Amino acid sequence: MFPLLLLPFRSVAGEAAGSVSAEAVQGSQVDIKSMLFGHIGDSYQWHITRIGDKELTIPLPVIVCSKDSGWHCFLSSRLEDGPYEGFYIAEGGKYDGKIVEKDAAGAEVRPFDISITKNVLGLMINSAILVVLILCCSRWYRRHDALKEAPSGVAALLEPVIEMIDDDVIKGSIPEDQSRKYAPYLLTVFFFILVNNLMGIIPIFPGGANITGNIAVTLVLALCTFLAVNLFANRYYWKDKFWPAVPWWLKVPVPLIPFTEVFGIFTKPFALMIRLFANIMAGHAVILSFVCIIFITVELGPLVNGTMTFIAVLFGIFMDFLELLVAFIQAYVFTMLSAVFIGLAHEKPEAE
Amino acid sequence: MSLLMPDSGLLFWMVVIFAVVLFVLAKWGFPVITSMVDKRKSYIDRSLRLAREADEKMAGLAAEQARIIAEARAEQNRILKEAAEARNNIIKQAQDQARDEAAKLLAEARTQIQAEKESALSELRSQVAMLSVGVAEKVIRKDLSSDKEQLSLIGKMVEEASKLDISRKN
Repeated sequence: MFPLLLLPFRSVAGEAAGSVSAEAVQGSQVDIKSMLFGHIGDSYQWHITRIGDKELTIPLPVIVCSKDSGWHCFLSSRLEDGPYEGFYIAEGGKYDGKIVEKDAAGAEVRPFDISITKNVLGLMINSAILVVLILCCSRWYRRHDALKEAPSGVAALLEPVIEMIDDDVIKGSIPEDQSRKYAPYLLTVFFFILVNNLMGIIPIFPGGANITGNIAVTLVLALCTFLAVNLFANRYYWKDKFWPAVPWWLKVPVPLIPFTEVFGIFTKPFALMIRLFANIMAGHAVILSFVCIIFITVELGPLVNGTMTFIAVLFGIFMDFLELLVAFIQAYVFTMLSAVFIGLAHEKPEAE
Repeated sequence: MSLLMPDSGLLFWMVVIFAVVLFVLAKWGFPVITSMVDKRKSYIDRSLRLAREADEKMAGLAAEQARIIAEARAEQNRILKEAAEARNNIIKQAQDQARDEAAKLLAEARTQIQAEKESALSELRSQVAMLSVGVAEKVIRKDLSSDKEQLSLIGKMVEEASKLDISRKN
């Protein structure tokens, strides 16, 4: 167990060491910040580690569409030695770290950019893992008679989780006649978040991308829930939003309560988006910070460094365990709240 | 801050990837699993209910069995008692009958003995009469000349006859 847990640290540490030596001249404060944001944010290449003087990175395809020169597609490794086909990675300014080009007036502009970045590749890998796992599971049910055999393999692994989400979360929140319709979406969301969260904890190549800690990803997920809630809501839901059962003076001259209710339609998925993003991003940041402590304290002498290393590793292990828990809890919370919101949109008034 | 600004490229890919994943899993993944799990759950529920019903039926059967056994035992006791009574009755009846029969036989024997005795006596009496008549003939034939002798003989004979009569009467 322990060697396994320490392995991630070693590789993250190796990566951090690379950054430290590369930017040591700039002072440790700046270095830590850029290292942290480098890990939490997105990038055009997948940096794995540094062996000696050689950076081990996976170059990823850049796909951009410039207003002037149309579509361009090339590997990100071409950008290492200055501009390629007029594109380069901006340093500082509005588009820090993004691919930009110079327009006719000489100003930096952002082309339409759908590059396969680190997070996109991570998303693809994790989605492939997810699809393979679930399809293996469903294949078992297709090929076997579940009434006569106990599930084995992937089916045995996933069935309790699926059953828990389906029974406790989905059927518990959504009325019986509607729950079957929403179960596939909610289960997909749960496993999508769970797999991405767990893969994010693994620090080496196929994992380590901060996917669910990226606001674009959580935005899409929250948007899906927003659509699932509002597109199929019944009339009682809309009546409750625009003409809630409150004293008339709260809604006639100034529509106070209707305003807050309608505002709530948007704040609920917004809260979903921010909650998942902030939790996962913060988890990554905290673990990385503990690892950074080791490299910050190098200049304070071997005694302090040794002590701090020990403490940092101890806290890092603790945080990794905590993140395992958070990975599950956040997936569960997102699914449960989505189910509750959907359930509220299908609620019928009791007195009828 | 760039962290809070969703990147358009990632947004685009996320929409595409999530749509594909959702489509695949919602079509071939989860419905199969959840429907099978639900089916098995209802099957287990039904089996449990049937088992409970069977259990109740078994308990009912056991009670029925106990009741039948108790009934049979009571019946047995009743029959045994009746049989004993019948036996006693029969024995008593037979004894009574035998006693009656014996009494009847005794009575018959007694009357027969009486009749035999009567007949024997009457025969005896007739023979005695015959004998006495014979004796009287002989005596008469021997000599009825002398009156003296005749009278003594008649006297003797009457005396004897009366003695005989008295002894018979006794």
